[in-house]
Amino acid sequence: MQHATEQATAAVPALQMKQITKRFGHFTALNQVDLSVNTGEVHALLGENGAGKSTLMNCLFGLYGQYDGTIYWEGAPVKITDTQTAIRLGIGMVHQHFMLIPVMSVIENVVLGMADNHCVLDLKAAARRFTQLSQTYHLALDPWVKVEQLSVGQQQRLEILKALYRHARLLILDEPTAVLTPEEVEGLFDIVARLKAEGHTVIFISHKLNEVMKICDRCTILRNGTVAATLKISQIRDRKMLARLMVGDETDLDLHESACSVGSQALLEVKQLSCRGDYGQLSCKKLSFAIRPGEILGICGVDGNGQRELVECLTGLRQAETGQYLVRGRDLLNCGARQLLKCGVSHIPEDRLKYGLASGMNLEENLILADYPTPAFARWGWLRSGRIRRHAQTLCQRYRVRFNSLKQPAAELSGGNQQKLVAARELDRQPELLIAVHPSRGLDVGAARFVQNAILTMKQKGTAILYIAGELDEVLEMSDRILVMYEGQFIGQQTRAEYDRTQIGLMMAGTPLS
Amino acid sequence: MEGILNTLTNFISADFRTAVPLLLCALGLVFSERAGIVNIAAEGLMLIAAVSAAIGSAYLGPWGGALLAGVSGLAGALIFAFFTITLRANQIVVGTAFNIFAAGLSVTLNRRFLSGMTVTGYSLRPIPGLSQLPILGDLLFNWQLLVYLTFLAVPLLQFMLYRSNLGLKIRATGEQPRACDSVGIKVNRVRTGVVLFSGILAGLAGSYVSLGQASTFIEGMVAGKGFMALAVCVFGNYTPIGALGAALLFGAADALKYRLLTTALGSYYQFLNMLPYAITVVSLMFLSRHSNKPAASGKPYIKE
Repeated sequence: MQHATEQATAAVPALQMKQITKRFGHFTALNQVDLSVNTGEVHALLGENGAGKSTLMNCLFGLYGQYDGTIYWEGAPVKITDTQTAIRLGIGMVHQHFMLIPVMSVIENVVLGMADNHCVLDLKAAARRFTQLSQTYHLALDPWVKVEQLSVGQQQRLEILKALYRHARLLILDEPTAVLTPEEVEGLFDIVARLKAEGHTVIFISHKLNEVMKICDRCTILRNGTVAATLKISQIRDRKMLARLMVGDETDLDLHESACSVGSQALLEVKQLSCRGDYGQLSCKKLSFAIRPGEILGICGVDGNGQRELVECLTGLRQAETGQYLVRGRDLLNCGARQLLKCGVSHIPEDRLKYGLASGMNLEENLILADYPTPAFARWGWLRSGRIRRHAQTLCQRYRVRFNSLKQPAAELSGGNQQKLVAARELDRQPELLIAVHPSRGLDVGAARFVQNAILTMKQKGTAILYIAGELDEVLEMSDRILVMYEGQFIGQQTRAEYDRTQIGLMMAGTPLS
Repeated sequence: MEGILNTLTNFISADFRTAVPLLLCALGLVFSERAGIVNIAAEGLMLIAAVSAAIGSAYLGPWGGALLAGVSGLAGALIFAFFTITLRANQIVVGTAFNIFAAGLSVTLNRRFLSGMTVTGYSLRPIPGLSQLPILGDLLFNWQLLVYLTFLAVPLLQFMLYRSNLGLKIRATGEQPRACDSVGIKVNRVRTGVVLFSGILAGLAGSYVSLGQASTFIEGMVAGKGFMALAVCVFGNYTPIGALGAALLFGAADALKYRLLTTALGSYYQFLNMLPYAITVVSLMFLSRHSNKPAASGKPYIKE
């Protein structure tokens, strides 16, 4: 019986969404979008930030309640107005920001809200089923630990298992790799492959082309709320073409590098800098380096090798133990952030929501966070609202931040636009030294290029730039020189002319070049 | 020997008498707090319930009093829930407004309905057999029905909060409403439910103030017990069992006050009156262990 139905459904697509339209007020987020996903395939949903990928999936998962258009699930039309309906149909979603409760145990998170729970919960039985399920998919997780003790990668596995526990046959993964380290990404790809092998259908939302090329069967590309194309991955020969489809013809996808004179005297000099990490361990061990004006120094390394602590020392967020930190000869070691800002140090932080923005404040306020006491924005302690508004208007226009109103809180912007907002503020200050950490994290191809080009413009103006990013390609592309960091020390250095990925990879893994 | 024993039993029964309304109200507050609603209107709910109970008892007898108190608590909670959950108003502001409103309303009701009326209090219901036990019998088994129910509710509610499906939903709603929404839990429905539940319990607690501790209504007689119940809830680390301990501690502070009033220290009675409140403040200061305070406490849930 089971087999018969499975074969019947193989003929019709698992999911068809037809003419889906979703409006928020006057803003049309989705305009007559069609999506068809076959049973057992990994289907990519590609698009820029704000193209409507998440909106479409939220419609499918019943998070909005209302939409125009029809959804066919295994051939039959369904109306999905709440999440319970979606879950009952066998749709599971792993949200970009995990829907987990940190203070509760894994198993409590799994059974939470399930329709067939008894009045008194039998967590032990649930844990047995959960363990069995996790073994089937080789995703070992202890059902009794608290979620807050899990790593990000484990939390994601839990989200996947949570959906599978509810008998999900279609899994929506919303930008699943955005929060993962490269090793965890590999692990996730294995999981996706296994899900596919078990007959599940996966919708993979992403804007990273290489990931899509690697694990997906087909892809649907969204642009500005409409479908730009649906393609078989095997038909795609050129990655550029995919990027073009995503961003449209107008957007610039090239890096604009031009020769610029690198100053002869170092602008930033760090000497013998040591500091401790959160748990008292020595995480930067006597680091020394220098950056000249107009030079980009990249730092490569697997996350957690002291990069974060180094940046925090340089931006006044962490106390260094010993060393010197000279900007144009002035020692700024353990100065406060305010002092550093005054001396022309700008910082695009790793975590934009934690350190980059005051998410409850509006765009205007966020754009003057670093400079509000200066005469440009304040007089006798009173903010000059006209100037602040004009400043925000110019910046948002120049950095192409998409917003509804300058008075809306920064939290309401999409992730990519938040990042642009931070970049706009930090780059507009015309810093002498720019510390950019993951400046293109969470940005689509077009926006990432845009921010990178803005950074290159700063470089031409003679800013010294320290560039840290998760992806090696990105660091190599941007930097004139790289240092490889391993366990709090620089293990090697290469200049642009002598870049060698294999060697750099080895050094990142801890093997110094002999 | 007899004297010490007598003092002790008197002290403990005074402790229980004070602790019962605090505990009863706090049990409801534990649930609403856990679902993310700070029901600061508890004070006003208790006050209105106290006068309602007295009115009900005066016209219909003690059972009528209890019923009217429960209903008034429910009605008050409904108003609070409408403003804070449906309209997403600030819980502290609505709660404070409600408390001020209650102070006025209780006076009006008292003067309109209770002047010249006799109010019958809750009667003692000694448990046959057990109440004959020496010492313990009188201490534990000679109380009003509501007192037994309050103490029995503690383990029951503890079990419900931590072991039942509903309890899990309630706890989750206070921590991460969005996550609840994503698994199909109707967040605002859960929250409204617990606020109504806490309203009924606050109502019964109020009825104990007028019908249990006294057999009359005096204006302003709740005197901060609703706020004390909030403190009990926090000090009990948002669990029913914890609330029991906290309520008994605060009750003991109150009993200690009365005991000291009869000693040489009695002339400092203003300071002694402060004792329960001072203990509340000081004990909250030392509360540093792992807190169960819900992450989404006091925040309205806005569905996308």
